[in-house]
Amino acid sequence: MKSNLQSNITAALAFSVAIVLPLCPAVAQDKNTWSTIQRGYYLTRMGDCGACHTNDEAKPMAGDYPLPTPFGTIYSANLTPDDQTGIGSWTDDDFYRAMDEGKRPDGTRLYPAFPYTHFTIVTREDSDAIFAYLKTLEPVHQEVDPPDFPFPLNIRLAMMGWNMINFEDREFVPNADKSAEWNRGRYIAEGLGHCAMCHSPKNLIGAEKTGSEAYTGGMAEGWFAPALRKDLNAGLDDWSKEELVEFLKYGRNGHTAAFGPMSEVISKSTQHLTDDDVAALSTYILDLPQDEDEDHSSKDEQRQPLSSDDERMRVGKVIYEAQCSACHAPDGDGISGMFGDLTRSGIVKSENDTSLLRLIMDGARAVPTDKYPTPQAMPAFAWKLNDEQVAAVATYVRNSFGNAAPAVSSDAVSPLR
Amino acid sequence: MSKKLPRRDVVIVGFGWTGAIMAEQLTAEGLDVVALERGVWRDTSTDYAVTNAQDEVRYRYRDELFEVLSRESLTFRNNTSQDALPMRMLGSFLPGTNVGGSGVHWNGQTWRFLPSDFQARTHNEERYGPLPEDMTVQDWGITYDELEPYYTQFEDICGIAGKAGNLNGEIQEGGNPFEGRRSSEYPNPPMEMVLAPKLFAKAASELGHNPFPGPSANMSQPYTNPLGVQLGPCTYCGFCEKYACGNYSKATAATTILPVLMRRDNFELRTQAMVLRVLKTGDGRMADGVEYITPEGEVYHQPADIVILAAYITHNVHLMLVSDIGEPYDPRSGEGVVGKNYAYQVTSGVSVFFDKDVHINPYVGAGALGMVIDEFNGDNFDHTGLGFIGGGYIATWQTNGRPMETHRVPEGTPKFGAGWKQAVRDNYNHSLGIGTHGAVMSYRGNYLDLDPTYKDAYGRPLMRMTFDFGDNEMKMSNFLTDRAVEIARAMNGREIRVARRTRPYSIVPYQSTHNTGGTIMGDNPRDSVINKYQQSWDLPNLFLTGAGAFPQNAGYNPTGTVGALAYHTANAIRTQYLRSPGPLVQA
Repeated sequence: MKSNLQSNITAALAFSVAIVLPLCPAVAQDKNTWSTIQRGYYLTRMGDCGACHTNDEAKPMAGDYPLPTPFGTIYSANLTPDDQTGIGSWTDDDFYRAMDEGKRPDGTRLYPAFPYTHFTIVTREDSDAIFAYLKTLEPVHQEVDPPDFPFPLNIRLAMMGWNMINFEDREFVPNADKSAEWNRGRYIAEGLGHCAMCHSPKNLIGAEKTGSEAYTGGMAEGWFAPALRKDLNAGLDDWSKEELVEFLKYGRNGHTAAFGPMSEVISKSTQHLTDDDVAALSTYILDLPQDEDEDHSSKDEQRQPLSSDDERMRVGKVIYEAQCSACHAPDGDGISGMFGDLTRSGIVKSENDTSLLRLIMDGARAVPTDKYPTPQAMPAFAWKLNDEQVAAVATYVRNSFGNAAPAVSSDAVSPLR
Repeated sequence: MSKKLPRRDVVIVGFGWTGAIMAEQLTAEGLDVVALERGVWRDTSTDYAVTNAQDEVRYRYRDELFEVLSRESLTFRNNTSQDALPMRMLGSFLPGTNVGGSGVHWNGQTWRFLPSDFQARTHNEERYGPLPEDMTVQDWGITYDELEPYYTQFEDICGIAGKAGNLNGEIQEGGNPFEGRRSSEYPNPPMEMVLAPKLFAKAASELGHNPFPGPSANMSQPYTNPLGVQLGPCTYCGFCEKYACGNYSKATAATTILPVLMRRDNFELRTQAMVLRVLKTGDGRMADGVEYITPEGEVYHQPADIVILAAYITHNVHLMLVSDIGEPYDPRSGEGVVGKNYAYQVTSGVSVFFDKDVHINPYVGAGALGMVIDEFNGDNFDHTGLGFIGGGYIATWQTNGRPMETHRVPEGTPKFGAGWKQAVRDNYNHSLGIGTHGAVMSYRGNYLDLDPTYKDAYGRPLMRMTFDFGDNEMKMSNFLTDRAVEIARAMNGREIRVARRTRPYSIVPYQSTHNTGGTIMGDNPRDSVINKYQQSWDLPNLFLTGAGAFPQNAGYNPTGTVGALAYHTANAIRTQYLRSPGPLVQA
């Protein structure tokens, strides 16, 4: 199936400067000006580059950060302008080629842990601004470990085949039917923001699934990144734009707090975006799925909650009242901005229970931001509850307070220990 | 030889309630502030999670939140004819350690002192004639009206739950009619009362008193304070005093200030930094910073333009004495000021036992969940002919029903064995307590100085505490206890049990962590260590916060006044001292 982006290209080809301009604020592209470098810095935050390319806060962007993948561990590149180990000898053409085609200056292929599948739509101007910023960093001599991939993946040429199946070098082309804000949001989400890297499921060879499966949720660092589509009744279906903006800017809203990998996305990336960009991103995300995608809502049967007489429900209720209700309240509605509202939580009622179980077992810490400075945390219960008890309380919250979701088996709990 | 570190604008010694308040206020002013804490970092989510916060063995009986006496302690005696001995176990009072200090494990009873408390000598002498010769009670050098805005500031930061009794001079139904003028209502409504305080209020009303809900730092509802920090509603779990709150429901430095302060670039906290002494400049006229030691034994000199001692009162006094700042107090001559007027709190209790149809459910509790009467506090009543001044409040606080600590049993119950167990079973859910909480005046013979014999792990002399209750306190406490007995009888229970305070004072049984004095404030350097801005009379760039400032103790818990004084001092530094560094009050 063709990607959404691709399918829109033809329709939008006629569109040009008028819409493109707001995407790329008019900047005289003198690459060494303060404003270009500042914009490059801003764009590195939009792309959350530091999340993977900074291993040691004292050496920003020096790479060698280990990224576990299903195929082995890969180490991120050194983006500081060091001649031997970094990008000191690169030109802006070289940098753009890496962003656009996933290739190094010598033509060898990058592994798609680097999201060139998204960055390919980043404009040349934005790419140049990022490069200009990176060139101002302190050069760090940092050798990067080779990936410990098995044969044949350790041959970078193998990526040629992968790219043939999963990658199209493409430009960003606005959708003429949508507002400038929506298009800006799409540019951010599909490009530097690379949201789908976590929020879409992956195929057997590690590429994002697209089309009707885009944004239906995916795994990230052992957490389930929830579906972002409104038609699944499992994610953002009842979030307003204001609520999503608040979440991206401050890490919390009336529904929930960010946890797991998303808390890092907020602390390092989205909280630094301009109000306009967060609003644009939210507008686009809340418009998912797009018209041409298959609508899942018709397939979503009306689920009925488990009976309160069910043994798992009775056990879960006792655990909930003793262990959970102090914060999440007897009715499950929590405390706005502090303790998660279980009555409106995509995590609680999601088909995939991984994040719910991890939250119960490992706990999670909310990211402190200017509006919500307290680093509240869900405490870990793995030491306190056994597999049956975790399954029971998870089953209880998934089938109480207006929720209805499949029961959790204790067999699903033990592998997470 | 210590290593000298780069100079900072402000160094703060001790990082509890007042250390956090001063750091927040002065970093907001743009100053570069470093705080030194002898203990370690502690935060709700990482250390006091709801899954482990309610652990009696760990916290109450193994002292996890309290200071460690193996490195520094104090020696104690009741009077100068005795030899003082080191306190080797905590008992009467429980100073905290680690970030948040004693404020981590307080109950949250947050009072304002009465206007007349600040004029204890002139007010009482005008009304009742000269005070006894050995009573060294004095005026504070500050008035209630001067402090009022800062009481409000502290209450707003904490989100205190209560009901005003005097709003801009208008007496309010349901509040404390004796309190000083408040400029605003409490930021949160009172907590939801449970049966025991309701029974107390009913009986007190029948006797003509005016019961009101105790002002509480346990949240009655979700609250966002003026710094934008959020607190959750109290769950009435009954683990406040001696415990940290796992639900972000009790105002502490960590739940009200630190989330904002720790994010500021001009603030630095160094933990496990044990301050040994305050250093003076060559001419001896200014503080030149402090010297501290790390667990590895490295000694550092941290110079600073402003030095703030915000340690617990016993340590603030000790630092002044070992740093040779000001004249140590001499009880024989009455000369000198450092260590003078150490005071405490005098408490007593009455238990009421009911038949089994009255269900108290004592485990539904909170540190400041209670109903109080203030008829017999301060000078709210005529003391003519009573033979004492001052007073205290009488209250039923339902703080806890913790299984190891709290089991009221009637008079005559065996202290252990089957009889005791049966009595606990019979009475646990059918009894309540009434407490009296009284003032302690200051006396010529109650003071703090350096011990001639014992030294701490750093080679410094231990501080010596010489203290006993005076005749005034015994008469006053008995008077309060009699009033409490009247209320107890009016509750019409099955029986009551009275526990009066006796003399001599003992540091063994727990009473309260309400130690006061030793670095007292006043209006001149002959009678006090600090002026009303808590600024040293000797070294104008040295400020001391905490209850050491109290010239004598009032009949209320000290934290509200400690917080208000800290904000008052911070404001004076921000608006006056920085413009013109030097004495803020001319001696």
